[in-house]
Amino acid sequence: MQEEMKLIYLAIPLVCLIPAILAGLFGRNLGRIGAHTLTILGVGLAFFMSVYVYMDVMDGNTWNGTVYVWGVSGGFPFEVGFLIDSLTATMMVIVTFVSWMVHIYTIGYMHDDPGYQRFFSYISLFTFSMLMLVMSNNFLQLFFGWEAVGLVSYLLIGFWFKRDTAIFANLKAFLVNRVGDFGFLIGIAAIYATFGSLDYSAVFASAPGVAGDTIEIIPGSPWNLMTFICIALFIGAMGKSAQVPLHVWLPDSMEGPTPISALIHAATMVTAGIFMVARMSPMFELSQTALSFVLIIGALTAFFMALLGLVQNDIKRVVAYSTLSQLGYMTVALGASGYAAAIFHLGTHAFFKALLFLGAGSVIIAMHHEQDMRKMGGLRKLMPWTYLTMVIGSLALAGIPPFAGFFSKDLIIESVHASTIPGAGFAYIAVLAGVGITAFYSFRLLFMTFHGKPRMDEHTLHHVKESPGVVVVPLVLLAIPSILAGFMYMETFAFSDYFKDVIFVSEQHNVLGEIASHNDGKTGFGLVMAFIFHGILALPFWLAVGGIFLAWLFYIRRPELPGMVVDSVKPLYRVLENKYGFDAFNQKVFANGTIGIANWLSTFIDQKLIDGLLVNGTARVVAAFSRILKPLQSGLVYQYAFAMIIGLLVLMTWFLNVKQG
Amino acid sequence: MIALSHYLALGAILFSISVVGIYLNRKNVVILLMSIELMLLAVNINFIAFSHYLQDTAGQVFVFFVLTVAAAESAIGLAIIIVLFRRRHTINVSDLDSLKG
Repeated sequence: MQEEMKLIYLAIPLVCLIPAILAGLFGRNLGRIGAHTLTILGVGLAFFMSVYVYMDVMDGNTWNGTVYVWGVSGGFPFEVGFLIDSLTATMMVIVTFVSWMVHIYTIGYMHDDPGYQRFFSYISLFTFSMLMLVMSNNFLQLFFGWEAVGLVSYLLIGFWFKRDTAIFANLKAFLVNRVGDFGFLIGIAAIYATFGSLDYSAVFASAPGVAGDTIEIIPGSPWNLMTFICIALFIGAMGKSAQVPLHVWLPDSMEGPTPISALIHAATMVTAGIFMVARMSPMFELSQTALSFVLIIGALTAFFMALLGLVQNDIKRVVAYSTLSQLGYMTVALGASGYAAAIFHLGTHAFFKALLFLGAGSVIIAMHHEQDMRKMGGLRKLMPWTYLTMVIGSLALAGIPPFAGFFSKDLIIESVHASTIPGAGFAYIAVLAGVGITAFYSFRLLFMTFHGKPRMDEHTLHHVKESPGVVVVPLVLLAIPSILAGFMYMETFAFSDYFKDVIFVSEQHNVLGEIASHNDGKTGFGLVMAFIFHGILALPFWLAVGGIFLAWLFYIRRPELPGMVVDSVKPLYRVLENKYGFDAFNQKVFANGTIGIANWLSTFIDQKLIDGLLVNGTARVVAAFSRILKPLQSGLVYQYAFAMIIGLLVLMTWFLNVKQG
Repeated sequence: MIALSHYLALGAILFSISVVGIYLNRKNVVILLMSIELMLLAVNINFIAFSHYLQDTAGQVFVFFVLTVAAAESAIGLAIIIVLFRRRHTINVSDLDSLKG
């Protein structure tokens, strides 16, 4: 049985990789239908196998081992290994399901694109990379998956490589991720230096032993080793999961085709950081400083990125900023030690965010690739399926019971409330405020797009129609878990021993245990009802309802209000419109700074020092010497003969007198 | 009785004359060639003198080689001078300085 399961574990990433290679290298021979059949079949197979593995894990069969050793250097083995437990299995199901939906949807979205086969190859490769990342049992393979999703995201964001903006965006994504990866790599190096191993189980087992150790990076100021490692690792997560201030790449990644926005933002890539921190919980629990850092960064992201969602007019960018904000929520949960709540939100968010993105994509198809919401409106009657599913997605995002987002988000807020580490008070206020803003911008999107009077021109309006089946079916399939996943899995994730032995929470940080103590021993349906009832009475729900009401007031009832509000807080609005100046700052300081340094290096070091001093300088010294020696070379035979005779005499004198005498 | 030292002195004088001839001569390449011949002859005198003195005929055999080489060398040398004169219209040594740096 063990051997068969091992084969299945190995097959799951491979059924994504092989079609990706085939579609990528032989796309022309396979043709469009061949390429999409093969990749969809592969990812579909991976999904069903993941479900099988999930059920197997639920039966208590976890696995941790090496499947392949691809190199031994200095006695240190580089291994490909899998760690299959409840966390991995959950991630595998989420990743393959969302990816599968995106694959099917792509048939409709990309059907007239010349890069059809290439696109399918990339998204399958993306799925493979993410699976390698979540299934890894060592840091090296984690890093491989980490870099591989970075690479494929670069390829996908710049998929339309003839657009300047797309090239700019993918370069930006790559460079910003590089900053994070640098921290991540330092973290891994510190782990290897400390523990002499990159295997999860070995590292986690010996981590408590070094909890009190210090390290001196700058001589004279000892830092706690665990804090250093955890923060370095978290910097990697900040890059991948787009936390302030490394979030700047994510809104720009909207330059890619919509299906990959859904894939990047929902199931793969951005969730990698959240997953990684949850996986490293035995280490993060040892450093309260690192947890506080995580909490505060998450809170900043959750609140300030939500505010930016208010002023966007591009339908995809609104959803993008909501992703940033929701990732902030997950990070806050991690910081508050509610790892299970973070993974729960990751799961529900994957469904409703993929739904919102694909729905936005469906609208974009109908609008002939117009993304400005100011030119939409009144699409409700024309696109009923898209409208219905988008409403479900928005309700889930806003956190209205009984939709999925309510449970996960409420758990996060409760976790922060129960947390006592420094920064928790601030984070609580930030996530509370975020709830109202989230509800407001998600319904602003809904009202501007689907309600009111149509604002597009006559020609476009005439051609608006519901998207084809391959687009609508994934929307419906994603809408189902967006409704159900919350109350079906809340108890499993948060209040059972689902993550026992996988996620480690120390006694004083056990926020979910604290929440569970208020459950009065209720289980199953009773617990869900109690949770909903408690939620409706609490502040977050009313903030969400208030946000929706305000959106209705602003964009349906009194459409002139937004303009008036904007006029009254002009400076604030400008700050938001400039996205707090992060982009301008990065462009000025980092981009121009780098260009400045490069220019200096080029003119001073390269042209002056290397070319001028070393290369031409050598030649000039030789020329100067030769000018001195040149007169000796008179070209006259008798002078040479004279010199020879003088030389002969000198040599003879020396030979006869000095050497012999 | 003429002693060995006389022959050696004669050889040395001839050699010195030819050396001086090489580097004092500024006018004529032919004189240069003649000086080289004279130098070889000075060496030949030394060979023969020692050959007789040591009663070893190998030295005299060597002289024949030297003479042969000298004949060949002057033939080539004269040929070069003719070609040189055709091209430059001069055999003045001071003018032949195309290797000047």
